[in-house]
Amino acid sequence: MTLLSTPRSTTKDVAIALQTSKASTRKERLFQLFLLFSTLVGLVILVVLLVDIVVDGFSSLDLGFFTDYTSRRPEDTGIRAGLTGTLSLMVLVALIAFPIGVGSAIYLESFAPRTWFTRFMQLNITNLAGVPSVVYGLLAAALFAYILNFGRTLITGALALVLLILPVIIVAGKESIKAVPPSIYQGAIALGATPWQAVYKQVLPVAMPGILTGTILALSRAIGEAAPILVAGAVFSRRADSEPWNLTEPFAALPVQIFDFVKRPQEAFQVEVAAAGILVMLFVLLLMNSAAIVLRNRYSK
Amino acid sequence: MCGSISILTTLGIIYVLFSEGINFFSQISIIEFFTDTAWRPFGDPENDAFRIGVAPLVVGTLLVTVIALSVAVPLGLATAIYLSEYASKRIKRKVKPVLEILAGIPTVVLGYFALTLVTPFIRNIFPGDTIDIFNALSAGLVVGIMIIPTVASISEDSLSAVPQSLRNASYSLGLPKSSTVLRVVFPAALSGIISSILLAMGRAIGETMIVAIAAGNLPSMTLNPGSQVQTMTGYIVQAVGGEASRGSLTYNSIFAVGIILFLMTFILNIIANYFTKRFREVYE
Amino acid sequence: MTETYREINLSSNHRTTEDTMPQVQETVFSLQSVGIKYGDFSAVSNVNMEIYKNQVTAFIGPSGCGKSTLLRTFNRMNDLVLNSKVVGEVAYQGKNIYDQDVDPVEVRRRIGMVFQQPNPFPKSIYDNIAFGPRNHGVKEGIDDIVENSLRNAALWDEVKNKLKSPALSLSGGQQQRLCIARSIAVEPDVILMDEPASALDPIATLKIEHLMRELAAKYTIVVVTHNMQQALRVSDKTAFFNLEVDEEKDTRTGVLVEYGPTTKLFTDPKNEKTSDYIKGKFG
Repeated sequence: MTLLSTPRSTTKDVAIALQTSKASTRKERLFQLFLLFSTLVGLVILVVLLVDIVVDGFSSLDLGFFTDYTSRRPEDTGIRAGLTGTLSLMVLVALIAFPIGVGSAIYLESFAPRTWFTRFMQLNITNLAGVPSVVYGLLAAALFAYILNFGRTLITGALALVLLILPVIIVAGKESIKAVPPSIYQGAIALGATPWQAVYKQVLPVAMPGILTGTILALSRAIGEAAPILVAGAVFSRRADSEPWNLTEPFAALPVQIFDFVKRPQEAFQVEVAAAGILVMLFVLLLMNSAAIVLRNRYSK
Repeated sequence: MCGSISILTTLGIIYVLFSEGINFFSQISIIEFFTDTAWRPFGDPENDAFRIGVAPLVVGTLLVTVIALSVAVPLGLATAIYLSEYASKRIKRKVKPVLEILAGIPTVVLGYFALTLVTPFIRNIFPGDTIDIFNALSAGLVVGIMIIPTVASISEDSLSAVPQSLRNASYSLGLPKSSTVLRVVFPAALSGIISSILLAMGRAIGETMIVAIAAGNLPSMTLNPGSQVQTMTGYIVQAVGGEASRGSLTYNSIFAVGIILFLMTFILNIIANYFTKRFREVYE
Repeated sequence: MTETYREINLSSNHRTTEDTMPQVQETVFSLQSVGIKYGDFSAVSNVNMEIYKNQVTAFIGPSGCGKSTLLRTFNRMNDLVLNSKVVGEVAYQGKNIYDQDVDPVEVRRRIGMVFQQPNPFPKSIYDNIAFGPRNHGVKEGIDDIVENSLRNAALWDEVKNKLKSPALSLSGGQQQRLCIARSIAVEPDVILMDEPASALDPIATLKIEHLMRELAAKYTIVVVTHNMQQALRVSDKTAFFNLEVDEEKDTRTGVLVEYGPTTKLFTDPKNEKTSDYIKGKFG
């Protein structure tokens, strides 16, 4: 029965048996070091990436880079088309996605009867989040550009991004509404408010910072996406005489322009100009994320 | 109506993919599509060079995905274990936002990173012409980096959800921390971990910009990581760049490829959700 | 009250305790000025006691008096709690287990623990028992270990035909006996039990108590319990802990009030606090 060495032993033996073994200590340490090292890999790569972009891109950043359209010569090239296009997309996507997203979230969280249909819808939202973004581009290309005949224009691109981030906004909205204490809703109802009034006047204001934060974060994700708008019809540059906010004109966007630069054969485009474009895009994203964080912190009390 | 938007989106995707895809299969034999081993869908269908087998695109996609997973699974899981079992709260609070930043970097930026930094680096390590300028390895490695946060954060949640009582049981049997983590906590969180890997795999399959920039545009039936390949997503980008007009065979082929892409990722997601649900049933 | 006392005498008569068999008691644990701190909070202070071999020692006292905390110092489970610190000396067979050169993992191998809530691994019954030995490098004879451990934990007959079914499918009482069997499987010297029956129904509790008496033949057992009747039924020695409140400094800490043979402590307590507690005046 004694398969393990059981201590039925004298004091001295016990002291030895309980001693820390060097081999096992080293094994534990190595394991922990391996984990720490693996964790650092991701962080180090992030730093390398950012440093590389700053080093490569900084020299191309001048005023002309912001005011020029694309050119065949790297030194004359700018991101005016992309930057204005991206800003237009941002406004447009926010205007369309926010009301629909918040409406869906309110309905799902506060009013929808818990039936198989709502459960199915929940599951559907989860699964939609995993659909590759390029597929949304395909949807927009076929449905908006051709079937509804919007053409490969700004509105088609914006709608592609709207469909892409709607599930994210709905989930964020649902979470924020769920986090509002039920007593607020019940209190309003007890005072004679209709369910709609209770949600609109009481619950929604409390949940709004959370919803806004979620929306801004989703929006910043959408702005960085190149694949869906590329498929939905974004072009590498826009005609200089059209307005960037014209819904029915072809449009450019920052990520698509960066893609264009990277794919060009000249190294000046591939490395420096692309990096400069990336710097500008990352700066826009940083601004948006900072806004979200400020919003979250201000209202988290 | 508002609430149904997600379902309408799904139905829209399915409807569009299949209605445009049907146009394609009315011109092209579906058997040829799945069995032919070359993908040259441009030009005149009567021409001998015209071949319409999707296999090279699928192989290219899987090659990139396998490389990506072989980077992301070990690194992501190690990160998850470190954060859940070893890191202090203070370190955890610092590392997690950095992972979120990594997850939030636009993939076109990562594509730039792959082409201008990783590819030259790899070509230096393997000199000569063993590695093409555009290659599956570089794209796969960077896609792997992109999905590390997916693996790490979902796995970390699962590991943290394992009750402390199981760790105590293991310690009380005289197991050291490493064995406790690997033999008790890890298996107990397994279904959540599997779910994280499946979701990451879905993201790798659907990733577009990194492969469009760094993997190349040459559909090839190869498992050689050093050679140029084309993925399904890479083809879609290339084909729309060619201004394919609606109704043309090239235009329709995008949707046929899109169907496969959609089905692969959708099914992966459904399986991943199943595992998440199973994990929740045990511990929540 | 007299009724109860008669019962006590009956139940302790058949036991082989120091009352009937005077003998030299072998010390397993010897505690000197042991205190446990969490940051600034002192959970237990200045405990001096000895735990004897092949006896069941019960820790009783009101909740929050630090009896479970003290139990966890016996196998260094306290190490796992952030900011906890043990002062004084906890000597196991003469060796202070808080010495620099002692490996807590080795300590826990020899001093097993059973917890308040049954905590079987989400594996099969067989794999739960086999888990410890396998991880300590035992390759052969696992089947025997599993069978013996389950027999010793009085669970074999109930599970022998379903060793491959999940441990979580067992009832709460069975799960707790499984946890005891799992602990036995690594052949510990001491088994610490932290309110092992508090989550169980009366019948399951009786089985666990019966088991404790049987296990005492082979192992040294220290059990924390809320239930004074349980301490009476199972233990040879009982230690009563209480909360000492310092009104001036606004601090509270657990102290050992009285320690001695169970029958003596329950029938003829020396300390008034003990007497009040066993009469149910507070708790």
